[in-house]
Amino acid sequence: MDLSAINPVLLVASLMVAATPILLAAIGELVVEKSGVLNLGVEGMMITGAVCGFVVAVETGSPALGFVCAALGGAALALLFGLLTQYLMSNQVATGLGLTLFGLGLSALIGQSYVGIKAPATPRLEIPLLSDLPVLGRIVFSHDLMVYLSLALVAGVWMLLKYSRAGLILRAVGENHEAAHALGYKVIRIRLTAIAFGGACAGLGGAYLSLVRVPQWTEGMTAGAGWIALAIVVFASWRAWRVLLGAYLFGGITVLQLNLQAAGAAIPVEVLSMSPYLITILVLVVMSAGRARAALNAPASLGRVFHASN
Amino acid sequence: MNLTTLLAGAALALGLAGAAAAEPTKVGFVYVGPIGDGGWSYEHNQGRLAVEEHFGDAVETIYQENVPEGADAERVLTQMALSGADLIFTTSFGYMDPTINVAKKFPNVKFEHATGYKRAENVSTYSARFYEGRAVQGTIAGRMTKSNIVGYIASFPIPEVVRGINSAYIHARKVNPDVQFKVIWAYTWFDPAKEADAAQALIEQGADVILQHTDSSAPQAAAEKAGGVITFGQASDMAEYAPLPRVSSIIDNWAPYYIARTQAVIDGTWASVDTWDGIGPGMVKIGEISSAVPEEVKAEALALKDAIASGAYHPFTGPLNKQDGTPWLAEGEVADDGTLAGMNFYVEGLTGDIPQ
Repeated sequence: MDLSAINPVLLVASLMVAATPILLAAIGELVVEKSGVLNLGVEGMMITGAVCGFVVAVETGSPALGFVCAALGGAALALLFGLLTQYLMSNQVATGLGLTLFGLGLSALIGQSYVGIKAPATPRLEIPLLSDLPVLGRIVFSHDLMVYLSLALVAGVWMLLKYSRAGLILRAVGENHEAAHALGYKVIRIRLTAIAFGGACAGLGGAYLSLVRVPQWTEGMTAGAGWIALAIVVFASWRAWRVLLGAYLFGGITVLQLNLQAAGAAIPVEVLSMSPYLITILVLVVMSAGRARAALNAPASLGRVFHASN
Repeated sequence: MNLTTLLAGAALALGLAGAAAAEPTKVGFVYVGPIGDGGWSYEHNQGRLAVEEHFGDAVETIYQENVPEGADAERVLTQMALSGADLIFTTSFGYMDPTINVAKKFPNVKFEHATGYKRAENVSTYSARFYEGRAVQGTIAGRMTKSNIVGYIASFPIPEVVRGINSAYIHARKVNPDVQFKVIWAYTWFDPAKEADAAQALIEQGADVILQHTDSSAPQAAAEKAGGVITFGQASDMAEYAPLPRVSSIIDNWAPYYIARTQAVIDGTWASVDTWDGIGPGMVKIGEISSAVPEEVKAEALALKDAIASGAYHPFTGPLNKQDGTPWLAEGEVADDGTLAGMNFYVEGLTGDIPQ
């Protein structure tokens, strides 16, 4: 084994890239679930975002515009879910699963003529001086904007939920929608906003895959990333910073295990391959064990249908 | 009398009408990835389209993409057989047992399983000698690498993949004794993000040539982004990445086989066979070697390709030792198909273990 072949600086830099799509999708889903809605369609919204972002970026030549449209695409698909579950009272689990299937099919249709086309490059941020710092420069200061945006989103969501009145209302709706309704809050409207936000985040995550991490369009390219984002939200017991930890842990171990393999580490490949899933789950479960039961952290109204007449 | 004639005539007419509107032969295809993967499943689907074009209305084709290997495949196959398919192509190694299981239940349906080794009365196997193409790739890789590190993205530890690694390595080492292979087992046929990450990891560890045995073109995109790295199209030409990073490719050409087998079903001459064709019969094609490759390397690679095609040269020709140093093939000895079909060892010089 030749561990010196692994460059820790490059490793950390690529783990941030590998984790960003999952992080974006998970932080969006966190807000959705905090409002009491269980949207299992993350995978579908991600892939729709991936294809919308890719198509727009190719057609206009602007990755930034691509990301904006990816967010819009994801949000649009999410609002479809919102319409079905909030106004038409459909079952959230079934509708979410349906949304995933629908998103996969729709994206394949939209992306048909975009297979094999190259996306315009998303520039890395080059900050004079800072980007040239020996180690920190490459790790902290020379990513594309989306990496910073994802981190800012985590901080923003955490502050919103913890310190703001809006966050308190969102949580109230998620914990007990009848009480929130009795207090005069517009449960449905608040939930729809959360759903749209979740969709937009998932869309951004998908576009990060198709525009930066891979970067190209292939059918089914999210390959389960949405499900991992969903799992991370649960195992992070609905806390923003733990979502960040979970996503970076998962992304980090994914990249690390590939590097270990390439360096010829004497660890069975099967063990390495399952390590991202195993370690992420273990760490998050251990963290949320003990201090009150993890289940208590789940929003009490999660997945329950609300109707003002109840 | 009159009545019977009438009835007989009517029956005859009905029979004739029935014959005229004979059900078209129904051919099913099961793909492991999306047909838009630009690689493996894409080429199988090109084969399907060729069948449609060749037979026109006489044949109806159906397909199912993104079918996971395992229990799901069995469900899909059963569904296809129930819907009246006469011939079903299952196009991934992991469909081997599901194909055999379903074939038992439908003795009248013919099955063709790609890259496997289990056959039955109504199950044929077919595969292509991709390792012949790998020999050409290995030669180019060995000549082109400057860092002497070649990265290899492998999928699953099955004989077909191991053969590819061995063949590429043998021929890279032949032209460049210092060459070293770094292998990553992705444990997936199709996951663009993971394939891109694997390519990225290999490039960060100094590889300037990336070979892949996974189905998407994501590693090509990763190599292009990194710059200064060359790749080879896998299963499909992936010409959109030429002339750099993609400098050549292995193209799977299934169309002639699919047409021949469909014809056999129509004629009623279909029998269970084991087909394993290479560059010679045209099942494996070498994509155009791009302008990024120096002329003399290109000529050397093409000469090797011609020697393999004509049968003058076999990519596994001794002297060759196994990884642990035990002799495998003596001077001039050629590997037999049985050993190749079950290959589960590295040749001498490769580092690391094959996951068992």
